[in-house]
Amino acid sequence: MKTSIVDTHQQLTGWGRTAPTLADVRRPQRADEIAALLSQAPSRGAIPRGLGRSYGDAAQNGGGLVIETGELDDILEFDPEQGVATGKSGLSLAALIRAVLPHGWFIPVSPGTRQVTLGGAVAADVHGKNQHRDGNFCDHVEAVELHSPARAATITRDSDADVFGATAGGMGLTGVISTVRLRLMRVETAWMVARVRRLPNLEALLVEMTDLDDRFQYSVAWVDCRARGRNQVRAVLTLGGHAQMDDLDPRRRRQDPLRYRDSTWMTVPWELPSGVLNPASLAAFNEVVYRRAPATARTGLTGIGPFFYPLDVVSGWNRVYGKRGFLQYQFVVPFGAEQVLREALDMLSQAGSPPSLSVLKRFGRTAFGHLGFPMPGWTFALDVPVGGGDLDRALCSLDEKVAQAGGRVYLAKDSRLRRELLPVMYPRLAEWRAIQAELDPGGVLQSDLSRRLAMVPARG
Amino acid sequence: MNSLVPIESVLVLGGTSEIGESTAAELVRHGARRIVLAGRDVDALREVGERLRANGAGQVELIAFDATATETHDDVVRRAFSDFGDIDLALIAFGILGDQEIAEQSAAAALELVTTNFEGAVSVAIPLVREMRRQGHGHIAVLSSVAAERPRRANFVYGSSKAGLDAFFQGLSDSLAGSGVHVMVVRPGFVHTKMTVSSPPAPLATTPEAVARAIRRGLERGAGTIWIPGKLRWVMSGMRHLPRPLFRRIT
Repeated sequence: MKTSIVDTHQQLTGWGRTAPTLADVRRPQRADEIAALLSQAPSRGAIPRGLGRSYGDAAQNGGGLVIETGELDDILEFDPEQGVATGKSGLSLAALIRAVLPHGWFIPVSPGTRQVTLGGAVAADVHGKNQHRDGNFCDHVEAVELHSPARAATITRDSDADVFGATAGGMGLTGVISTVRLRLMRVETAWMVARVRRLPNLEALLVEMTDLDDRFQYSVAWVDCRARGRNQVRAVLTLGGHAQMDDLDPRRRRQDPLRYRDSTWMTVPWELPSGVLNPASLAAFNEVVYRRAPATARTGLTGIGPFFYPLDVVSGWNRVYGKRGFLQYQFVVPFGAEQVLREALDMLSQAGSPPSLSVLKRFGRTAFGHLGFPMPGWTFALDVPVGGGDLDRALCSLDEKVAQAGGRVYLAKDSRLRRELLPVMYPRLAEWRAIQAELDPGGVLQSDLSRRLAMVPARG
Repeated sequence: MNSLVPIESVLVLGGTSEIGESTAAELVRHGARRIVLAGRDVDALREVGERLRANGAGQVELIAFDATATETHDDVVRRAFSDFGDIDLALIAFGILGDQEIAEQSAAAALELVTTNFEGAVSVAIPLVREMRRQGHGHIAVLSSVAAERPRRANFVYGSSKAGLDAFFQGLSDSLAGSGVHVMVVRPGFVHTKMTVSSPPAPLATTPEAVARAIRRGLERGAGTIWIPGKLRWVMSGMRHLPRPLFRRIT
């Protein structure tokens, strides 16, 4: 490490803005600095960090080194004929979309925000609204250049299935990724055809999703469990796909059909008081979302931004949760365990912490990685402000129910799981540990997440 | 530490102190899982540990620790962190009240107070800070006293030892700004415990449970100094400016 008079220590949190810790934060300018940073890491080790969109403590490392990939953000190669792009690991999906969409290509898997890096997308093996058809992000990754303490190599899913599988969803604990080669998806336009419909209860929603999911590339449901006056859940289901030229009206066809903007409308400049999101304001917000959606299905055109990344238009939206921050509890349970979805909402409501935002999605495929999150079943993502009621106890018993049902919580969102349940939820953990230990025999790679969940052995 | 339980693991130095135990129990009720008790009387520690376990502490560890054996402190603190993992809160709860009358006659008795309450606390603070800086986060809470604010005729030997401790940790707190380590000075008034059983209770007397609650709340909001009960802050800010003859008469 270069000596510098600038103090490189910074307090870091995840996107939920909870549990801050102080780390030595370095931003390598070139990939060949990574090996030196790893070899000089202090006893608390090192972890890579992209844009800090993991909700919990996956990309923080109290007392250790955090390697931010923000300077490694070039597109190295893009073949507009074949639709394959290679980018450095700190490249954001937003920048990649801006570069490839005008040529008729789009990223094959879109998480809920464009503000994630390629490296982070691999490390969390992110999924999107098309998981039921197209799988996870890493299912479309052709190669990854990985800098582990033991070795640096370009790995592919076919030639290095073990290392690739341990890295896809490995939460950065197998090494620092420097480049990612991604197979893109052909699109004709920058428009989406979306079919929106509201549904009066959870049962109707599950039936509708089961019946219709397979006919649409994208599917996701927004769920409101705050409807007052009745113990009922209501939902808005959005199904859709990329619009083809024929789907556009003549006016839009005359304009550039691939025109795309990703500007933000506003920024939350500072954290709001913790009480701004209160039961009344949340009920009002959810009421508006529900009322805006039609009672019978209506199909229309919408942009890529509002379809995939509705929250991206407000920069720093996590600040609306105030000083205490928030967490997102995302879990998956296999088909047949649908009762856990209802129980999750009931338990949170009873604990005095009903979610402010809930999103339900039907998964169709098991992730390739050892620590991959998705499995065929239902995944529920619940945003919960920290501070209300007896949330800790409620979520701990929910963990038990999820584990019992054969499900798991998503490590990229997690900020509070107890370590005992990790091997139950992730049965391939032992396998993953063996591969991880070979890549990092000295135990250099550590994070607050890995220590909290005892994922890797503590370094002596 | 996790997003809902900011203090999951606690090291109590002076593990048999009633305030120490009450604070540990309070934090266990709020999700703390691992309690490391350090103290001289291992049998008494074991009893405290059993009570904490019965109240939901998942893991209780005991370490032999003598506040006056300052040469051992570095090692004790190092082991508390290395053997059991990250510590989110170190509570410095040991201390003796002593007997003012004897302490006024006997240098040895006076020094025992100063050594335990002041030297002992300073001596554990240095390695605690090192370990907490190393982990990049943590809280140190230290039991000062209302007696630290202004010496009283009736207990100035004890009061001076707490005043020294109080000043040290205030300065330490400032030195740690931006380090991720938070220091909180706890100034209770008269607390009903076995330590004070033979003293006449003072006005605004409180209980170990109330102190424990105040400590938890103070840690949650990152307070620098807390008074228990809270009213004492205003009472003492008046008292400290009273003319000496008047102060002597009313205390």
